[in-house]
Amino acid sequence: MSLKRKDLLSLASLSADEITLILETADSFKEVTGREIKKVPALRGKTVVNLFFEPSTRTRTSFELAAKRLSADVINFAPSSSSVVKGETLLDTARNIEAMQADIIVLRHSSAGAAETLANGVKSSVINAGDGWHEHPTQALLDLYTIRQRGMSFKGLRVAIVGDVSHSRVARSNIYALVKLGAEVRLVGPPTMMPCGVEKLGPKVYHHMDEGLRDVNVIMMLRLQLERQGRALFPTIREYSRLYGLTADRVRLADTGVIVMHPGPINRGVEIAPEVADSLSSVILDQVANGVAVRMGILYLMSGANS
Amino acid sequence: MSILIKGGRVIDPGRFVGTVDVLIDNGKISAIGPNLSAPVEARTIHASGKLVMPGFVDLHVHFREPGFEYKETIQSGSAAAVAGGFTTVCCMPNTNPVNDNQAVTEFMLERSRLAGLANVLPIGAITKGSEGKELAEIGDLRRSGCVAISDDGKPVMNSLVMRRAMEYALAFDLAVVDHCEDLHLAEGGCMNEGLISTELGLPGIPAAAEDVMVARNLSLSELTGARLHLAHISTAGSVRMVREAKGRGIQVTAEACPHHFMLTEELVRGYNTHAKMNPPLRTWTDVHAIKEGLRDGTIDVIATDHAPHATQEKQQDFTEAPFGIVGLETALPLTLGLVEEGVLSLEQAVQKLTSAPAAAFGLNKGTLAVGADADVVIVDQYEQWEVDPSKFRSKSRNTPFAGWKVKGRVTVTIVGGRVVFEAGVTEQ
Repeated sequence: MSLKRKDLLSLASLSADEITLILETADSFKEVTGREIKKVPALRGKTVVNLFFEPSTRTRTSFELAAKRLSADVINFAPSSSSVVKGETLLDTARNIEAMQADIIVLRHSSAGAAETLANGVKSSVINAGDGWHEHPTQALLDLYTIRQRGMSFKGLRVAIVGDVSHSRVARSNIYALVKLGAEVRLVGPPTMMPCGVEKLGPKVYHHMDEGLRDVNVIMMLRLQLERQGRALFPTIREYSRLYGLTADRVRLADTGVIVMHPGPINRGVEIAPEVADSLSSVILDQVANGVAVRMGILYLMSGANS
Repeated sequence: MSILIKGGRVIDPGRFVGTVDVLIDNGKISAIGPNLSAPVEARTIHASGKLVMPGFVDLHVHFREPGFEYKETIQSGSAAAVAGGFTTVCCMPNTNPVNDNQAVTEFMLERSRLAGLANVLPIGAITKGSEGKELAEIGDLRRSGCVAISDDGKPVMNSLVMRRAMEYALAFDLAVVDHCEDLHLAEGGCMNEGLISTELGLPGIPAAAEDVMVARNLSLSELTGARLHLAHISTAGSVRMVREAKGRGIQVTAEACPHHFMLTEELVRGYNTHAKMNPPLRTWTDVHAIKEGLRDGTIDVIATDHAPHATQEKQQDFTEAPFGIVGLETALPLTLGLVEEGVLSLEQAVQKLTSAPAAAFGLNKGTLAVGADADVVIVDQYEQWEVDPSKFRSKSRNTPFAGWKVKGRVTVTIVGGRVVFEAGVTEQ
């Protein structure tokens, strides 16, 4: 079976079967990352370009490592948004890269829809590595992989996503995927951080954390963008932390086997207490490790190497 | 030079509807009636089966000159206007420099004279530089030819400044035009706020950003007695409030744009930058409310908000791309669509493109009365055509209506007794 699409732009547009295929493909690469020689020739001769308009260390590194372990040639292209000459469109930049025969472009951009715009304009495969507040499909896929690795099945799984859902592409991708896979998704946060009409996408919204966490199997914490203080989304970090910070006491409200996730980088003591981040329930570092295997699986499927 | 328009169905809103001849002499309408005979040297235009109407009046266009001539010039904008049946257009002041002084106003009028196509009437800025702080020299603007004042696109947020502008404009009997948008509520938004903005991850502009400013402006109009004109209203809330205000006798006129009665926010899906305008495309509920407002007279005027942008600007990603679409060359068939749909009678539709906008700004236009300026448009109501942006007279191509099959097309446009557009004939 293969992924019959040129691009990976969103999880909203993927079927449950396609999501499952990606997770299963990642399994075989997870095995590779455990070997002494962590390299396979699957993408030899292919070129992967990491086109990152927004600063990112972990996602870019993860993609770079994934591509290298598949033996692809990798180029990192990081035009800071300000240095891109006004008037040069995203498409112009991408066409230049395409002219160098890139097979896959991995795009991170601050504007929602940038990946889709790019995909419509170039023949290369485009993988969305985060576009504005829209989606971050590979992050959600590695989250799903991590949940599944813990032996949990998605049907009926209770997942709480806590924090600023409005401005979170990680939350959107996870909502789309988890709802499709049959999980019960709860969003926890103040009304100022809940996007308009989000319940129509399937999840249930909770404004009180204790209520939202009751009996959940998975807690996904979102990073609080500290610079949003002063934008009237929340009064102070102190109050936010008191109302929506994940403490050990709050973890006890959840199911006994609960796992705690975070896309990183974490604000210790703000949205997550240090002892929770470092506890046995925390799978935060597993997420990072799985990220490479999942992205190897995605690059492999997108490259058409298996067809 | 005389022109005799023979046998057309004349629609002069509020005055006359019927099949008669129209005689134009010395730039004026000189006679209307059955079986007029042409003076010897007159050109005769046979219009049987066609509509003969006052030239359309657009209260809301952006011709980008001075400052952004790569998007549009007064010449190219005027060519687009007359091709779309518009003989009078009012230009918003968001040029560079801003039209907040006599020099810019006179420059625009001079350019228009050189173009020699449509009547281009400048709208002056309310405040210096449209910065919302100090009043522009409104008296001077009026004297040099401005027909209204507006800080369109940069609405006056300070309510005291807006109050003073309304009071001051009373001395010159000038309409005060506001683009109703609370800039704090709208901050960073680029489409309607709702489920679709949530799905697409795009920052939204809530309907409330428009509604609160409509409410404010209506209150200020009530306080000052100003002649308030609301630009491009797009929400059900605006329509409701304007209806209520008119019911209480408050001085207000309102306009709606074809895209706001034809399209919804659904069109943004796929991050289509031709669906990005401000105010944004809204919901079906809003579209229905706009139509109802047009039908019952709450909304007086159909205007285009013709906002040309270069292709490369609209090719940027959605959040970066500028707001706005061109409208002059598609407004007629889209408006006639409302007639077909039964929302408006033909006469009502014509009124909203002619006499109603003229009345809103107090312009001596929009009528075929004997003695009036001979601004006339002849339209084949039934001609079907496909919107092809590459054929636009406008310099810009940014329209969401490309490929639409529409009905109703301009055959001849006459401005001041001179034929300035004829279908199938490339102008000079």
